[in-house]
Amino acid sequence: MRNSRPALFALATLVLLGGGIALALFWVPDDADQGFSQRIFYIHVPIALTAYACFGWGAWKALRLLWLRDERYDLESYTAVHIGLIFGVLTLVTGSIWARTSWGVWWTWSSRQLVMFLVLFLFYAAYFMLRYSVEPGRRRANISAVYALFGVVLVPISFLAIRLSSDLIHPVVLKKSGPDMAGSMFLVFCICLAGMLSLAATMYNVELTGKRLDGHLRELREALA
Amino acid sequence: MSSGDRYVFAAYTVVLVTVLVYLLIIALKVSRLDRELGELARRARERRAQEEQDEREQATVG
Repeated sequence: MRNSRPALFALATLVLLGGGIALALFWVPDDADQGFSQRIFYIHVPIALTAYACFGWGAWKALRLLWLRDERYDLESYTAVHIGLIFGVLTLVTGSIWARTSWGVWWTWSSRQLVMFLVLFLFYAAYFMLRYSVEPGRRRANISAVYALFGVVLVPISFLAIRLSSDLIHPVVLKKSGPDMAGSMFLVFCICLAGMLSLAATMYNVELTGKRLDGHLRELREALA
Repeated sequence: MSSGDRYVFAAYTVVLVTVLVYLLIIALKVSRLDRELGELARRARERRAQEEQDEREQATVG
């Protein structure tokens, strides 16, 4: 069952993300304010939320490492941060395209949401520099875990920045009172979010298997040397 | 195609291309792992053959 997990996630990704994108492009009505270009929302926001989920997952694995002293969580935490960073790049790129079509600029420093996400992204980019500047072993695992745990504090700040700020540039659609959009739009958004989370889970499992295989091969090479 | 349509197309294409590039990287990694595993299997077979030959030589001498 464990080995079939990536295949199941891949299948779920194909169905959910394929269906979600088709619905987002051909079924949901145009936004009254932004028109057709609002459809970037159906990939941009799920990608951003998936990046947060990956960083959160990485922090959870880091906590498990520090708590249980089990070395395998180091690789799992590292892989989650790795996947989170890929989704982070996609968030910045798709967000920038959306900004260009909605606000007329590729980037604005006056939006706290954008700046906070960039800070979060750069913080996790520095995780790799820190990790590869320390010799592999227990010490590296502990330092990486503590760093990943510190980073996750930025996730709620980044998420809440838009709600706490008063710049009114970045729209807020997920409010306390519920989603500020039509039912069909929210349904497609949920399908796309589930699809993106499945994609991240597929990538995480494939990447983790690859890294584990690399480790086993290294051991074999040493044994046969 | 209007300007807004082009940006929507660009955003979805970026995501698709990223997934495809990721797939390409994984495919390259899998082929590297396959090659390395094949090399290790060959080395293990050679070592085993050498050990068997050494055993036969010892038995003949004894």
